Amino acid sequence: MSDIIKVRNLSKKFNQFTAVNDLSFTVANGDVYGFLGQNGAGKSTTMRMLLTLIQPTEGNIEMFGLPLHNNRNEILRQVGAVIEKPDVYKYLSAYENLKLFAKLSGIKISHQKLQQQLEVVGLADRANDKVKNFSQGMKQRLGIAIALVHNPALIVLDEPTNGLDPQGIADIRNLILHLSNNEGKTILVSSHLLSEIEQIATKVLIIDKGKKIIEDSAQSLFDPAQTIVEITTFDDVFARQQLLQSQWESAFQENRQNQIVLKIDRQKISVLHRDLVAMNIQLISLQPRHSLEDYFLQVTTGSQNVHQYIQ
Amino acid sequence: MWTLLQIELYKIFRRPRTYIAFAAITSLIAIVQLGLKVDGKEYADFVMADFKNSFSIDGNTLNGYFVCYILLQLLLVHVPLLIALIAADMISGEANGGTLRFLLTKPVSRFNFIMAKFLAATIYTIALLIWLAILALFVSMFIFGTGDMLLLKNSYVVQLQQDDIFWRYSGAFGFAALAMTTVAALGFFLSQFAENSIGPIVATMSVIIFFTILSTMSIPLFNLVKPYLFTTHMVSWKEFFDIRVDENNATIKGSIEHPERIVRSVAILAVHILLFVGASLFIFKKKDVLS
Amino acid sequence: MNRIIKIFSVAITLFFTTTIRAQDVAVLVQKVKAKLDVVNDYIADGTMKTDVSFIKAPIGQVKIYYKKPNQFKLKRDGGISILPKGGVTVNMSSIVSTNDFDVIPAGEEILNGIKTKKVKLLPRNDNSDVVITTMYIDEANLVICKAITTTKENGTYEIEMSYGKYINYGLPDKVVFGFNTKDYKMPKGVTLEFEDEDKATKDKMKNKKGKVEITYKNYTINKGIDDKVFK
Repeated sequence: MSDIIKVRNLSKKFNQFTAVNDLSFTVANGDVYGFLGQNGAGKSTTMRMLLTLIQPTEGNIEMFGLPLHNNRNEILRQVGAVIEKPDVYKYLSAYENLKLFAKLSGIKISHQKLQQQLEVVGLADRANDKVKNFSQGMKQRLGIAIALVHNPALIVLDEPTNGLDPQGIADIRNLILHLSNNEGKTILVSSHLLSEIEQIATKVLIIDKGKKIIEDSAQSLFDPAQTIVEITTFDDVFARQQLLQSQWESAFQENRQNQIVLKIDRQKISVLHRDLVAMNIQLISLQPRHSLEDYFLQVTTGSQNVHQYIQ
Repeated sequence: MWTLLQIELYKIFRRPRTYIAFAAITSLIAIVQLGLKVDGKEYADFVMADFKNSFSIDGNTLNGYFVCYILLQLLLVHVPLLIALIAADMISGEANGGTLRFLLTKPVSRFNFIMAKFLAATIYTIALLIWLAILALFVSMFIFGTGDMLLLKNSYVVQLQQDDIFWRYSGAFGFAALAMTTVAALGFFLSQFAENSIGPIVATMSVIIFFTILSTMSIPLFNLVKPYLFTTHMVSWKEFFDIRVDENNATIKGSIEHPERIVRSVAILAVHILLFVGASLFIFKKKDVLS
Repeated sequence: MNRIIKIFSVAITLFFTTTIRAQDVAVLVQKVKAKLDVVNDYIADGTMKTDVSFIKAPIGQVKIYYKKPNQFKLKRDGGISILPKGGVTVNMSSIVSTNDFDVIPAGEEILNGIKTKKVKLLPRNDNSDVVITTMYIDEANLVICKAITTTKENGTYEIEMSYGKYINYGLPDKVVFGFNTKDYKMPKGVTLEFEDEDKATKDKMKNKKGKVEITYKNYTINKGIDDKVFK
């Protein structure tokens, strides 16, 4: 059971709008899986589908080796999640909220354990204050405490640093690293900021307009020697066919409508160029991207810009 | 399920809003009781003016039983609004507060979730009615004393013997609990269609006000739809206070003139509850939580 | 001429007969009154049954208090009693409590097997609510068996009395009080009853004759009653 989450061909349509489009990815045990994309890219919708808040239009989700659809409660017992703002009951205290959600998770937790959990997130001294008096950062920390209280194996955090000050962001980052390194949790965390994901993720998935752009280990994605290359041709189908049969197959990244994306060693760009010519592919452009950030910004700031860039 | 119910009740009774209804009922009843205590004779004379033209009524008509009847008649029309305040907020309130998505990521089936919430709303409704019964019946009995009850109905007058009344109130309150649960079910049903609680609360109130007006007005066109409106059946608690007479026109103790009307209304209200809750379950099970 | 004399003599004869009879019945009424006058006060236990189409009332235990000349109180066990207006007293002595009326004989009649004298009483006071009272008097026992009173305000009502143990005091065992009722209707907006009555009930409610029946079990006579009771 090394794969904690296995998503295959997941799609979600809201009337005419496709929020998630044929998305597949795998989160392995122990991963800090970074889910990267602009606001509205489909991150939240995907996470909500993993948590059964939204029903997929199509596709399969397996978690902990079980189909999510039939094993909802058993799976969710092992999941802790904060989706968007960590909203809790404002008329209850931090302690009361924590206790309430712990009960809902189906476990009995001692007073000490609850208090301890509040200490972990630095809210022990505010345990009996009503949540309506809390700052955004405190609510976020309480939300995480609630996600952690039943000791889940998988933690899903949707934009956990939204609305936090730099200190708050650092706190959350340290907490995620602590949970991963010292407690061996698997963590799925989303953000629209590359810099955040870069610092904590072991694996990264970039999505845009509901489609997967790229999925790889952080190590290779953030390796300065690796370069993303975008190829535009007159005949994409032919080009793709040729490339898939060549040595470049392993470098293949996600297909886009009118582009082929490869990730290769910087040194090999000239070899690729030569091969394309040799394979009789009619090239319009071959565009190397210098870093992931450059690439991410470019793919996620709208297709108009991409086109401009290409021309 | 029990844990879920406990949690829902805990949430209801920890909210200040819950107590608005209790406070409203308390103050309304207290004011009516005070008014009747001070000027009750005039009120009774006013109500019975027509009857007193041809008959002289001797004795304390304004006793606790009668006061309770007045209170129920006044309040049971408005209690639905107080029920809506909580019931129509059950789901929409959670959606609005953002807690719904937190709750539904917990290992709790949506069926259980809905049932626990509806049961909690029902318990709140019943608690409100018990409070109403304590104030309207027991406190009135204490303040105004007991005795026979003289009731003016549309086309006749009913006199109930004092030892033939209490069980009727038990039945009436039981019936009212069912009627109010219907309101709770309606509010509950509407509450899943919005992400703020104002909409469903206002919608529930509007439906009830609208239907009640149709039920009240004796216009032939409206009379056609009346039997199908649940508001028409919500007042059937009054049937408990109508008594059968024998061939000498003397009342038969312990009897009800139209028990079949009570049975019919109970059935119609129960069907409404089942429909509302069933529809809630059906829709909520498939609902995408986007709040 | 002969004819005139004839008519005249008949007229005179008639005049004397009626006068004599009028005097007779006046005496009879006085005798009845005298008999009733023996009772200064009484407390009676009994049951009351109200039979009015639009009143659903139980048979109730009542206690009746009377004190001369016209204090009357009916107390019911549940605390509430409904009595038709006008005939409030349900009591004969109040009818004959004054001497301010003309008495006209109106023949004889058998009532429930009892031979009675029919007497009409006309109040002399023009402001009196009572227009006329017809009484059926049991001459042998000097008690009133039936009285029909027509009033200006409250219509006509009828009192029937039957006697038993207390006949010597002129106190009945049973009084049936019959009267006409007016329409009764409450707006639905007040009662908040949305159901329409079925036709049978509606028809039944149209019956305008009402009846109150009091059956006396025992009397406590002339033992004195505190005036407070009547307040």
